[in-house]
Amino acid sequence: MSSTGTVVTPPAEPSRAPEDERPSYLQQVLDSSWMIILSAIVIALVASSVLIAAANAEVQEAATYLFARPGDFFGAAWDAIYSAYSALFRGAIFDYQADGLRRIRPITETMLASTPLILAGLGLAIGFRSGLFNIGAQGQVLMGGAAATWIAITFQAPVVVHVVLACLAAVVVGGLWAGIAGFLKARTGANEVIVTIMLNSIAVFLVSYLLTTSVLAGGGSRPISPPVGPNAQLPLVLGPPFRLHWGFIVALLAAVGVWWLLERSVLGFRFRAVGANQEAARTAGIRVNLMFVLVMITAGALAGLGGATQILGTDKTLQASSAGSIGFDAITVALLGRSTPLGTVLAALLFGALRAGSPLMQTSANTPIDIVLVIQASIVLLIAAPPLVRSLSLVHGIAKWTGRSGKEARA
Amino acid sequence: MSTQTTTLDAPGAQLVQQRIAWRTPVIYLVVGALAFVFFGLLTSADEVTRFTVSTSRDFVTISPFAVPSKLVGLVLSVAALGLAGWATYLTRERRKVPTWVPITFGGLVLLAFLVWVMAGNGNALPLTLLLTGALVLSAPLVFGALAGLLCERSGIINIAIEGQLLAGAFLAVVVASITGNPYAGLVAAPVAGALVGGVLVMFAVRYWVDQIIVGVVLNVLVIGVTNYLFSTVLTQNPQALNNPPRLPTLPIPVLSQIPVIGPVLFNHSLVIYLMYAAVAVLQVMVFRSRWGLRMRSVGEHPKAADTVGIKVNLTRVKNTVLGGAVAGLGGAALVAAGLAFTKELTSGKGYIALAAMILGRWSPKGALAAALLFGFADSLRQVLGNLGSPVPSQFLSMLPYLATIFAVAGLVGRVRPPAAEGKPYVK
Repeated sequence: MSSTGTVVTPPAEPSRAPEDERPSYLQQVLDSSWMIILSAIVIALVASSVLIAAANAEVQEAATYLFARPGDFFGAAWDAIYSAYSALFRGAIFDYQADGLRRIRPITETMLASTPLILAGLGLAIGFRSGLFNIGAQGQVLMGGAAATWIAITFQAPVVVHVVLACLAAVVVGGLWAGIAGFLKARTGANEVIVTIMLNSIAVFLVSYLLTTSVLAGGGSRPISPPVGPNAQLPLVLGPPFRLHWGFIVALLAAVGVWWLLERSVLGFRFRAVGANQEAARTAGIRVNLMFVLVMITAGALAGLGGATQILGTDKTLQASSAGSIGFDAITVALLGRSTPLGTVLAALLFGALRAGSPLMQTSANTPIDIVLVIQASIVLLIAAPPLVRSLSLVHGIAKWTGRSGKEARA
Repeated sequence: MSTQTTTLDAPGAQLVQQRIAWRTPVIYLVVGALAFVFFGLLTSADEVTRFTVSTSRDFVTISPFAVPSKLVGLVLSVAALGLAGWATYLTRERRKVPTWVPITFGGLVLLAFLVWVMAGNGNALPLTLLLTGALVLSAPLVFGALAGLLCERSGIINIAIEGQLLAGAFLAVVVASITGNPYAGLVAAPVAGALVGGVLVMFAVRYWVDQIIVGVVLNVLVIGVTNYLFSTVLTQNPQALNNPPRLPTLPIPVLSQIPVIGPVLFNHSLVIYLMYAAVAVLQVMVFRSRWGLRMRSVGEHPKAADTVGIKVNLTRVKNTVLGGAVAGLGGAALVAAGLAFTKELTSGKGYIALAAMILGRWSPKGALAAALLFGFADSLRQVLGNLGSPVPSQFLSMLPYLATIFAVAGLVGRVRPPAAEGKPYVK
C-alpha cells in the first residue's frame, strides 16, 4: 500500500501533537493500513445497519413503545440487521443454505461482478497515478462494450478468434474514446475532468442512437442488440452452474500487467513522474503532453476491455444502460485501492461482493439494493481519513486506553 | 501549443511581440462557413419556418409569423461570417475582440440553426416557451455553479455539487409534502445542501483528505441514502411524503406583460428570482467586497492570507457550508414545479454545473452564461422532441455536451483555477 503523493492518494495523516512516548506494539499493529481498512469496513457496516433498522417496518412499530418495552425494539432491530447482512453474505460469499456445489456459487458471482470493476479500476488507477482525474470510465466501458458487440454480431469467425477480435475492438475503441480527452488536454489544455464527464454523456446518447440503427439494433422495437453468438462469448471457467467466465482471469492478468507497467517499465516511470510533478518531469525531458495522451489511451483501453467482458461474458446483449454504474463504481474502487494494482483488485472484489450479494438481500430480507451504495461510500470515506477511524473504532480506543494505563503502572 | 512567447532579455526586446492567437478567429470562420453551407445553401428554397412568440397575457399580441428558410438562413450565416471576418481583422491588428462579438456570433448561428431545423415543419416554433424553458432548466445549474465557485474561490474543490443538489431536492420534496407548504421546502433544501457541504469541508480541513475523493464519495453516499430512503420510507407512504405542492408562480406586475421578455424573465416562482439575486449579489460580493477579497486570498495564497490575520480554515469552512446551502437551493429549484422525488433525480446535473463553473471561469456572471447555454440546449431538445425534427433526438441531447467540449477545448483553453485549490492549509 505504498502511496506516491499523487493528486488522489490521500496525504499523510496529520501528525497532531505527537505523544511523548512511543506507541505500544499493539497500537502500531492497529495503525497499519490493513487494520484501518478492516475497522473502516466494520464501522461502515455498523453505520449502514442504522439505516437498515430505521427503514424496517417492525422496528418502526416497536419504536412507538420503545420506553415501555425496549427489548422489542432492539430485538426487531437485530432481526432486521441480521437478516440483511446474512443474506448479503449468502449472496456474495458462501450460501450455507444451498446444497452441494451451489454453495460456492456466490463467491464465483462475486468474482464475476468484480471483473469489469477490476479492469475499469485499473485504468483509472493509472490515470490517478499520473495526475489525471479521469471520470470517463463510464463512457469508455460503454463504448468498449458497443465495439465488442458490433464485432460479435456483425462478423463471423472461428471460436477463439472471434472473441479475441471483439475484445481487441473494445480495447481500441475504449482507448480512442479516452484518447480524445488526453489529446484535447495535451493540445489545448482542456480540463480532463470536464471533457471525460461530457464524453460519458455523449457515449450514452451515441450508443442509444446506434441501437436504433442497423449497426447495433436487433430488429425489434426495443433499443437492444441481438444476443452475442456462442463463438464471440467469453468461455466459462468452471462450467454451467457457474457463470464465471475467462474475463476474470483476463482481469487478473491485466492487473499483473499494470503492476509491471507502473513499477517496472520506463513508460510507467514516466507516467508516475508526470503525476508526481509535471514541471520536474518536463524539465527532465519527459514529453508531458504525450504522456497525457498515452495515459488516457491506456486507461480507456482497460475500461473498454471491462465493457467487453461485461457484454461478451455476463450480459450477452448490449443496451444503452449496459454500463450500469461500473464506471462510477470503478472510481471508488481505484480510490479505495489507493491506485495500486493489488489494492484495486481487492477493492473490486469487495465491491463485487456487495453487488453480487445485494439482490438476495433485497428479495429475502427486503432491504433495498441501494444500501450497498451507502456501505461503499462510507468505507471509502472512512479509509480516506484514518484519524476518524481511530477515533470511532472501539478496538483502537481500548488499545490506547490499555497502553496508557500500562505506562502509568510502570511509572 | 503555447499561445504566447514572452519577451526575452535580449537587446531589442521591445520589438518582440506576442504571437497572435489565431485559434479563436479560425473557429469563428469555420463555424460561420459551416452554418453558411448547411443552414443556408443546403436548405431547399421553397420551405418556410414558422415562429410563435406571444402569450395571451402580453400588452401587444404578435401573431405567429413565417419566414422563408433559405433566405433567412443565408442572411444570418452571412452576418455571422461577417462578424467572424471582423474578429479576424481585429486579431490581426492586435486589437481586443469585444465580448459582445462571441455572444452575437453564437446567437446568429443558433438562430440560423433554428430556422434550418424547423424548415418545412408544419408546427411553429414557440420561441417564448423555448426561452422560458431554458431559464427554468438552467436554474439548478446556476445555483450549482455558484456553489462550486464559492467553495473553489476559497480553495476547496467541490465535486459534491451533485450530492448537494440531490440532498436539497430530497429534503425540499419531503418537507414540502409533510407541511403542504412549498416555501417550507425551499427553506429546508439549503439545510440539506449545507450539511453535505459541512461533511465535505470537515474531511477536507480537519482530516486533510483529498477533496476530489471526498466529493466523489459524498455524491455516491447521498445517492445511496436518498435512493434507500426513497425505496423504503417514501414508497411506503408516497401520498404523505412524496407529494409536494408546486411553488406558485409570482408574475411581476407590468414587467411580466412585456412581449417575449415578460414571460421569459418575469413570470416565475420565487426560486428563479432568488437566482437573479444570487448571481447579482455574488458578482458584486466576490469581486468588490472585503468578504470576497478575503475569500479569494484564501483560495489563491493561504499563507499570505494567514499572515495578515485572515483565518484560513474558518473562511474555508464558512464558504463551503454556504456553497452547500446555495447548491441545496438549486435542488429546490429542480423540484420547484411540484415534481415528486425519484431515484437519482439530478442525473448528473451537478457535474454539468461543475463544467458551467469552469466554463464561466469561476465568476458568477460567467457561470450564469454557461448554465444558460446548457439550459437552452436542454430546452431545445424538449421542444424539438415534441415538434419533430430532422435531427435524431439523441444528437440533440448530445449538443450541450459537445458544445462544452468544443468550448473548453477551443475557446477557454487553459483556464486558471484558484492557485491553492485542493491543497489543505497547514500552518
